[in-house]
Amino acid sequence: MKNLIEVKNIKKNYGKKEAVKGISFNVEEDEILGLLGPNGSGKTTTIGMLLGLLKPTSGQIFINNLKLEENRIEILEMINFISPYIELPKKLTVKQNLFVYSKLYKVKNIKERIEYLSEKLRIGELLNSITGELSSGQKNRVSLAKALVNEPKVLLLDEPTASLDPEVGDFVRTFLEEYKKEKKISILLASHNMNEVTRLCKSVLMMKNGEIIDQGKPQDLITKHGRTNLEEVFLKLSRSKSEFN
Amino acid sequence: MSLTRIYGLFLRHFYLITRSFPRILDLVYWPSIQITLWGFISNFFATYTTYYNNAVGVILTCAILYDFLFRTSIGFNMLFLEEIWSRNFTNLFIAPMRIGEILTSLVITALIRSLIGLVPAILLTSPLFGISILDLGIFLFFLFLSLYIFGITLGILVSSGLLRFGPSFENIAWSTMFLLAPFGCIYYPIETLPEIFQRIAYVLPLVYIFEEARNILINQTVNIENVYYAFMWNAFYFSLSIGLFYYSFNAAKNKGTLINMGE
Repeated sequence: MKNLIEVKNIKKNYGKKEAVKGISFNVEEDEILGLLGPNGSGKTTTIGMLLGLLKPTSGQIFINNLKLEENRIEILEMINFISPYIELPKKLTVKQNLFVYSKLYKVKNIKERIEYLSEKLRIGELLNSITGELSSGQKNRVSLAKALVNEPKVLLLDEPTASLDPEVGDFVRTFLEEYKKEKKISILLASHNMNEVTRLCKSVLMMKNGEIIDQGKPQDLITKHGRTNLEEVFLKLSRSKSEFN
Repeated sequence: MSLTRIYGLFLRHFYLITRSFPRILDLVYWPSIQITLWGFISNFFATYTTYYNNAVGVILTCAILYDFLFRTSIGFNMLFLEEIWSRNFTNLFIAPMRIGEILTSLVITALIRSLIGLVPAILLTSPLFGISILDLGIFLFFLFLSLYIFGITLGILVSSGLLRFGPSFENIAWSTMFLLAPFGCIYYPIETLPEIFQRIAYVLPLVYIFEEARNILINQTVNIENVYYAFMWNAFYFSLSIGLFYYSFNAAKNKGTLINMGE
């Protein structure tokens, strides 16, 4: 399988503070990789570097074999991102927002793309609604539609189902599973929902204090650490005063 | 009434002020700027009571020109701030847009916004005051163009600050125009200013624009040199602002401001 994301020994320092301390990992085509870790472990910083919003202090990032530092625009054309901490313009209708972002990503068949995403994400009835007036679950699906408007090869998800009720959360997870399978995309998923990670991810990276402290398939990690689920593994690793502290 | 709760809420705002230099600056310079500007205006009218006698509407024309500059600059800043307020900033900067494309788009939108405000103002002056800004003739276009470039330049400079320092720089966005107003010699000739202020004024395009507007309306002559100097300084500051924007963008990528913007 081809690696769509290759991260080679990236570091990020803010002054003397080392937010990310030289991590390396790959994400294959048609793979969802989970990025786990307590708050402040460096997950968001890592995602920021993959999006080109943050410049690594050292190290290299390749997306689809292109070096991010030298091919920012080409790479941004093939990736996208959602997070509960960023939103679409609230006063625009859903359709206007999707149209604007289709233009920014130079989508060719905008009408068809919006229709396809509306149907898949069940937002057809919301297209003429004001984005700011939608419920959390509706906003989440609209943000997901925006994130897929450019048919990304790489999707970065930062807590994509945070604050969603179980039904909508399950809908989003099912959608992501099916979409990934159909389009063979790579997904990097940062989440605190261990059930979600266990269900979706082929493998996970556990981060703490800017380092990867363990990695592997969810079931392998559970077995390795002698726990019954991934949440217990997470708690064990988060609380441990390991050699990395 | 609980003094503890009152004190608690006071602290909430006090901490905010003390943790942000732009906020402190904002508090300090507003009164100074207002006093300086109106001091010079009063001083000028007290000394030259007959200066505007033969040119009714000069003040109004200058006010319209200044408002156009103000709208252009604030309009540009507003476009940037709206992305921050709506928490759309990250979406915008992860879209495959070059900095030049973002700036060009904002420049065009700011122009349209300014024109929407300007056209009714121009149309109103004629029936209400019997004055037409069109009396400036063909040079009106050059003066507006010059003001537009400077307004955009200020907008880009402030946006650079927003990129570099984050939303706390917002207050500066609202007040840049007032900071420059005393030096712009909008309502009075440059000779009204003390010599040291005159030196500052001469390196801004504003003084040439407003001097020329008054010259055309009062003396009915055109001093092409003023137009030339206005464009020359505009070219300098515009280039500087573009360079600073790129620098701020790179600095924001190092500092992480682009990720936290709007939070």
